[in-house]
Amino acid sequence: MAVKVSLKVNGKSISAEVEERTLLVTLIRENLRLTGTHVGCDTAQCGACTVSMNGKAVKSCSMLAMQAEGADVMTIEGVAKPDGTLHPMQAAFKEHHGLQCGFCTPGMVMNAIDFAKSHANPSEQEIREALEGNLCRCTGYHNIVKAIGAGAKAMAAGK
Amino acid sequence: MNAPLIGARIERKEDYRFLTGAGQYTDDVELPRQSYAAFVRSPHAHAVIKKISIEKAKASSGVLAIYTGEDFAAAKLGGLPCGWLITDVNGQPMKEPPHPCLAQGKVRYVGDHVAIVVAETSEQARDAAELVAVDYEVLPAVVDGSKARAKGAPQLHDIAPDNTCYVWAIGDKAACDAAFAKAAHVTKLDFINNRLIPNAIEPRSANGSYSRADDSYTLYVASQNPHVERLLMTAFVMGLPEHKVRVVSRDVGGGFGSKIYLYAEDVAVTWASKQVNRPVKWTSDRSEAFLSDAHGRDHHTVAELALDKDGKFLAMRVKTTANVGAYLSTFASCVPTILYATLLAGQYKTPVIHCEVTAVFTNTTPVDAYRGAGRPEATYVVERLVETAARELKLDPAEIRRRNFITEFPYQTPVALLYDIGDYNATMDAAQKLADVAGFSKRKEESAKKGKLRGLGYAAYIEACGIAPSAVAGALGARAGLFEAGEVRVHPTGSVTVFTGSHSHGQGHETTFAQVVADRLGMPIENVDIVHGDTSKILFGMGTYGSRSIAVGGTAIVKALDKVIAKGKKIAAHLMEAAETDVEYDRGVYTVKGTDKKKMFGEVAFAAYVPHNYPHDKLEPGLNENAFYDPLNFTFPAGTYVCEVEVDPETGVVKIEKFTAVDDFGKIINPMIVEGQVHGGLTQGIGQALTEGCQYDATGQLLTGSFMDYSIPRATDVPFYQVDTRETPCTHNPLGVKGCGEAGAIGAPAALMNAITDALGVKDMPMPATPQTVWQTLKNKKAA
Repeated sequence: MAVKVSLKVNGKSISAEVEERTLLVTLIRENLRLTGTHVGCDTAQCGACTVSMNGKAVKSCSMLAMQAEGADVMTIEGVAKPDGTLHPMQAAFKEHHGLQCGFCTPGMVMNAIDFAKSHANPSEQEIREALEGNLCRCTGYHNIVKAIGAGAKAMAAGK
Repeated sequence: MNAPLIGARIERKEDYRFLTGAGQYTDDVELPRQSYAAFVRSPHAHAVIKKISIEKAKASSGVLAIYTGEDFAAAKLGGLPCGWLITDVNGQPMKEPPHPCLAQGKVRYVGDHVAIVVAETSEQARDAAELVAVDYEVLPAVVDGSKARAKGAPQLHDIAPDNTCYVWAIGDKAACDAAFAKAAHVTKLDFINNRLIPNAIEPRSANGSYSRADDSYTLYVASQNPHVERLLMTAFVMGLPEHKVRVVSRDVGGGFGSKIYLYAEDVAVTWASKQVNRPVKWTSDRSEAFLSDAHGRDHHTVAELALDKDGKFLAMRVKTTANVGAYLSTFASCVPTILYATLLAGQYKTPVIHCEVTAVFTNTTPVDAYRGAGRPEATYVVERLVETAARELKLDPAEIRRRNFITEFPYQTPVALLYDIGDYNATMDAAQKLADVAGFSKRKEESAKKGKLRGLGYAAYIEACGIAPSAVAGALGARAGLFEAGEVRVHPTGSVTVFTGSHSHGQGHETTFAQVVADRLGMPIENVDIVHGDTSKILFGMGTYGSRSIAVGGTAIVKALDKVIAKGKKIAAHLMEAAETDVEYDRGVYTVKGTDKKKMFGEVAFAAYVPHNYPHDKLEPGLNENAFYDPLNFTFPAGTYVCEVEVDPETGVVKIEKFTAVDDFGKIINPMIVEGQVHGGLTQGIGQALTEGCQYDATGQLLTGSFMDYSIPRATDVPFYQVDTRETPCTHNPLGVKGCGEAGAIGAPAALMNAITDALGVKDMPMPATPQTVWQTLKNKKAA
């Protein structure tokens, strides 16, 4: 049965007709055509689908679209400034070569931004533990860990 | 003039789009009137299909069509071809059983394709696929390669008795046996090189569309080599002319080998798009990826090394059974032979080597090249043997290697390869220093005080990259050329678009290749864009695998650049009213010898497109050149890895304390990107040794079919790496480059297992060294 959901995505109010079983990630990718949010697994392990919902990083493959009713969702497309300037965490990933194929990257960045809000100067161990729910097959995490450390500092410094 | 770009750590041009969600992966492509496909897959490892009932599924909501193997046979669609013919020990061709896109009467592994369902939405396609009723007569299955040839084993293919694809050998057996007979010492190991599942984070996806308007097809597909995909699909499976098929692989989310191959799904959606006259898209979910992406490794090997009393290697004897799965995937046959046994000399002067490989069919997912492809398996053989021999002879493991290192080049190995250059002592020296091997014994004591076991292990690997001289590959059975193509299109106002047959799925070619071009043309890197992954734009391409892109694809671009610069020289000579022989070129500037006359490259480009003052009698206007480059030899990246671990004997947990990698990749274009490639390779190698092990049960059910059962490394499993390089430039390509994509995955497993066995004080133990396996190994040791 089709249901109507209304929510805010990247600052814009939207509503859509979806099936009851439609996942939030499906709404984002297929209904809204925001394809920066990716699907890398079907068991909530890889984190490629991570978006921000009401300020917290969530896995959009593990929620129904209906559960986002009234929520304020931000996807990777909404992270950079309106003029295209990268967010400090995005800039840190670029500077530290924290991405290769780019597929896990949106989820990594969304998770890292949420993590950095409460960790202005995180240790290596804290960052690695924070990445428990995000898989990357390309980078070996080395440069992702460095990027998140630098990005967190830059965010704290208000850059 | 701009600062040199070759050797510079330049941030990647491609990053902005990936960081802002603007990448264009295959599943992101949505075409007008898009329809969606789902596949009905076999739940059994081995069964006869007695009946397929599709009526109920066909009546399901939104279903457009359902096709089975019968439909494909009626349409005369061919099977999936194997691209490499191996000739066996008796001079006979390998057994190539039919590999139908959709099963013909029999299924041979869990996940084998039975039917394709096309519907208005992907959910409707999946719902309907569940309604397809298949009546199976289940047969006994064989999953273990070592048991495939046993008497009474279930037989997969009528044309392959004893499930044997081939028995192949290389080297002088009689000389090898003679050397063993007089050896002072023989080291022997018997082990499994564990089966791995590649797991690029982007699942495979294919979106086929047919245009009645011009009777042509477009296939968007996550592929590492779109032209090869097109060639195989048109010429061997669908019987179509190539000019009627366009294959596009724009952004691809990791490959590691698994996206080299032509898969059944790619053919099925392309063919179905004509039948339903709508674009048909299929995207794998992760469960399907575990079942249907080609797996890697899966060798059972008995290996022996003969030594004299001083630890000098006299001979090596290797017998391997390679499990190729249920069917021959695109390059399955060359991986455990040509890409494996030829690497058994390693970095050493072993004078005689013999290797026999038996490839067998089993009721498992097809096995093909996975990052390293044969070379990690070879390195594991050589480096586990060498380390074990050192321990048995009570020699320092670095010293035994140094006594046997090849030091003079070129060097002809006894297993066909001709190493052009290397300096193995240099990488060993640097690695020992960076890893602080001298301080290891003190650290070991500290660990012992805490009740922990500390171990150190080396791997001095070599690989053959830059695949491949086509004539050599052809003589060895390749059914394709292995050159690369490039095109340099200079625009009227001097900016440049480069088209490459190489394919980037994370490697950063848009930056590395642009550095090469911008450096040679003396222009900012922003003025150069690299285009890949579209057969309608790129003249031809053999794609990216085997760490070949910079050595082969990069050289093709350099050859095209040479032609651009040479034509520019003629134009510049005309503009400066000088003899061509007096004109010199250096990074964007043409000058006349002995004068202050000069023309910038941009001025020359402009003259080529606005040819008012132009040597029309000698030259065509325009500045656009292409080149094909067929390499003269393989390249031979090599290096030394040192791994240091601490093992908790109570829990069996292995902690990697230090991982040091010193590689010789020849000249390096962008060190930042190269380091990233090493980090990623090391992590996949560590995954093989520590966390990843594909497991089937005896009936052929995949037990490790999700990220919850099959453990690819997470951030907490790996350390910060210590990486460095030494440089002996490749002697036979103009950039002096060798390739770096696979090294980490090739060297890491042996280094890690050498370290763990050192810590535990055991001769050998199986990969992956999970806490349970380590704990059990220690328990067995105590009991013994």
